[in-house]
Amino acid sequence: MIKTEFLCKSFGKLDVLKDISTEIQKGEVVAIIGPSGGGKSTFLRCLNLLEFPTRGRVYIDNVDITTKNIDIKKVRQNMGMVFQHFNLFPHKTVLQNVTYGPIKVKKMSKAEADKLGLDLLAKVGLAEKSDAYPSRLSGGQKQRVAIARALAMQPEIMLFDEPTSALDPEMVKEVLEVMKGLANSGMTMAIVTHEMGFAREVANRILFLEGGRLAEDAPPDVFFTNPKSDRACQFLEKVL
Amino acid sequence: MMSDLINFDFIHSRYLFSMLPYTLAALDLDFSKIADNIPFILWGVPVTLSFSIASVLCGFPLAILLAIFKISGIKPLRWFADFYTSLFRGTPLLLQLSLIYFATPQLIGYSIPPFQAAVLAFSLNSAAYSSETIRGGILAVDKGQREAAMTLGVSYPLMMWDLILPQAFKNILPALVNETIALLKDSSLVSTIGALDLMRRGTVVASEKYVYFEPLIVVGFVYYVLVMSLTWAAQRFERRMRRSD
Repeated sequence: MIKTEFLCKSFGKLDVLKDISTEIQKGEVVAIIGPSGGGKSTFLRCLNLLEFPTRGRVYIDNVDITTKNIDIKKVRQNMGMVFQHFNLFPHKTVLQNVTYGPIKVKKMSKAEADKLGLDLLAKVGLAEKSDAYPSRLSGGQKQRVAIARALAMQPEIMLFDEPTSALDPEMVKEVLEVMKGLANSGMTMAIVTHEMGFAREVANRILFLEGGRLAEDAPPDVFFTNPKSDRACQFLEKVL
Repeated sequence: MMSDLINFDFIHSRYLFSMLPYTLAALDLDFSKIADNIPFILWGVPVTLSFSIASVLCGFPLAILLAIFKISGIKPLRWFADFYTSLFRGTPLLLQLSLIYFATPQLIGYSIPPFQAAVLAFSLNSAAYSSETIRGGILAVDKGQREAAMTLGVSYPLMMWDLILPQAFKNILPALVNETIALLKDSSLVSTIGALDLMRRGTVVASEKYVYFEPLIVVGFVYYVLVMSLTWAAQRFERRMRRSD
């Protein structure tokens, strides 16, 4: 479903990603972990071209999206993204945030979009907040709205860029629960995270990025009990 | 020596203050002299307002367009918008107005009416200033907003219109109100090209009655009331915009 070939990204002289080649299958949940500055977020952002790769290719459904004549807007509609800082639209209510994409991009009728939006808000446990503005919500609630907003486009892939890193500790769980439910429903997910317990429990595969390289690519039980690389050993020693 | 000076100043100011009532009386102010001219002056309000409103309505879209040029990736558009701004900020408004009004007939043989000339000059000029304010407002919107819009597949024009500009305007509203107030008052320059606005009516009455203080004070008071009404309306509008905070 997602495939990268020799993906490289440099910011000026800084090489952030070095030859990342990997594949994510349909329905797979992949956790991307590693030390700060290892290139996790940049890798994720290259998958929907929020960052354009310096070299290498990204295939979505066997289509190379780094070529010129690709309508990236269409590709992105099929890939929801959830950000560390939520990025909700502050001047729109919760429901308007969720229905904006379906109404304006997918040209869904307002009634239909409202129904879909309320459904999704109910799923993330926020139906009663539909008329509130984002400034009235807690961090965990904001992030759940952001997930609902991404899901409203009915994507086949969901990208999560450190979705719980900006949250107070007691709000992490409510967001992870929603993500777990999503994973169980068969959604293809790529998650940059520092939540090792969550990665171990929910992910089918762990990608360990370090110094811009894909240092390890293994199922969670293998990665967490028996990592191959020294760097992964050191990392796990510190975080577990 | 020093204390002498201070002492002198003290005595001097005492003298001035004690003379103030006599001085005022000597000014011989009499508003009743221009009482019958007040309606004539007040008819300048719709004139001044129509100049100002038309200029804001034309200048504002132009300012948005220029701001978008300035942040666009297309260099010629950026150059054009920057040059435009430098031109209209770098020369006096009175010069721009005079050029448009007096030079247009000479250049293209069209004797441009004062209204058109003034609205053209004011809107072109205010667009140059406002475009900088709007540019700043757009850049101040968190870049995560743009990314969120992009990941939903929203097109650039729609993103600007629905998501970025509303947030930008909320933040720059006080600055835009400033610019509108400046435009309202600068519209008094149309008195130099013969339009009968508030300012011009004041001077007409003055030269008719050979009194200056009274008609000009009335005109000043009317400007003040107009600006205060605008300020009040803007405050209400701003409060409404801040509902979502």
